[in-house]
Amino acid sequence: MSLQATTWQTVGPFFRIGFSWLYRDNLARPGVLGERVEIAGRILDGDDKPVPDGIIEIWQANSQGKYAHPDDLQGKPTEPGFTGYGRVPTDDAGRFRFATIKPGRVPGPDGKLQAPHLAISVFTRGLLRRLVTRIYFPDEPSNAEDFALNLVEPARRATLIAKKIAGRTGELEWEIKLQGERETVFFDV
Amino acid sequence: MNKIPGYRRYQPATQPNHLHPTYVSSLKRAPLQPMVYLPHTLSEITVPMFERDTVDVKACDLTQQHSGEPLGERIIVSGRVLDEDSRPVAHTLIEIWQANAAGRYLHSNDQHNAPLDPNFTGCGLALTDPEGRYRFVTIRPGEYPWGNHHNAWRPAHIHFSLFGPAFATRLVTQMYFPGDPLIPFDPIFNCTEDEKARNRLISVFDWETTIPSEALGFRFDIVLSGRESTPMETHTHGEKR
Repeated sequence: MSLQATTWQTVGPFFRIGFSWLYRDNLARPGVLGERVEIAGRILDGDDKPVPDGIIEIWQANSQGKYAHPDDLQGKPTEPGFTGYGRVPTDDAGRFRFATIKPGRVPGPDGKLQAPHLAISVFTRGLLRRLVTRIYFPDEPSNAEDFALNLVEPARRATLIAKKIAGRTGELEWEIKLQGERETVFFDV
Repeated sequence: MNKIPGYRRYQPATQPNHLHPTYVSSLKRAPLQPMVYLPHTLSEITVPMFERDTVDVKACDLTQQHSGEPLGERIIVSGRVLDEDSRPVAHTLIEIWQANAAGRYLHSNDQHNAPLDPNFTGCGLALTDPEGRYRFVTIRPGEYPWGNHHNAWRPAHIHFSLFGPAFATRLVTQMYFPGDPLIPFDPIFNCTEDEKARNRLISVFDWETTIPSEALGFRFDIVLSGRESTPMETHTHGEKR
């Protein structure tokens, strides 16, 4: 190793200027295979105040559990038109919403498949570095054996699992609590 | 089965802590629980790929995005994107955004009493070439006041966002200008403990890219996390080690 990775700095309050050309809140156009799901929620600060100047990025595999990237060497098909990438800012009430498909399972480090999940980056004014977290799916039996969920103390795992909304099939709720009580689990990657 | 290594973690003190009290906005937004160490899997070693046709070639010249020329001092900002082993990071997306020459962002939340420039948006895009090189033409951004503390002013800076080869290598940072007298007083610049690491955020004046009678050149090289030397153990279920 001859060089050192460049230091992070906050996105600040004006990231829309640089990021908005790539805003994408629908990851799966019609025809993309998989179970459709809409995920909505809010980013909240340590005082439970909404964060109106935040943005999340989503990264996920397709319904077969294959990433659209050359380092995914699994012999599974990619899907034309599905990259698995989304970028969604919060609104004035700190809310975000995006539509996608539930990803398939991808291999983990211990020889087992991981439970279906979305990899999430969170950026806001006030965050000097991004925060990395994951969204898992409710009623998913494989959550119990997922290696990443099992790295988390049991009382905090629920912060990583989206919640069903009574009477609304295909819609899930998932909150990002940056600090304090119910603080979302963030990962060191 | 994947036999591809994960990526290196950051060196201690070369990155800001999430909570940095002199940067007031971090007080209520920084997580207080420890981060959970996540070994890298396929989810962390892959990343969206951007094709040439997603990025307009004119997007790297911020002075040519409108009918007229923006006000201010024209500059060339260029450099290379490398990994920690000095290997070029080719074909990676760079997004930049900045204030105009008067220190005003084209954003509804920017209430600084300085003029907007109808010929300047302040957004640039580029993909690195096979040698990891990039080049933007822009104008030198102005310094501007902010509400962090009494008489607070941000040094002139350009925001940079990069994806790199993996989810794990994502980077958002800010580039500063050499000799800016505001840098030593800036809580955001100073949030990183390691002095050498934070000083690498200051670009270098560069005769080689300076164009006679046209524009000054500033060089800003960016380093992304390098690969681990040993492969991560990613086996699908049932395969033998």
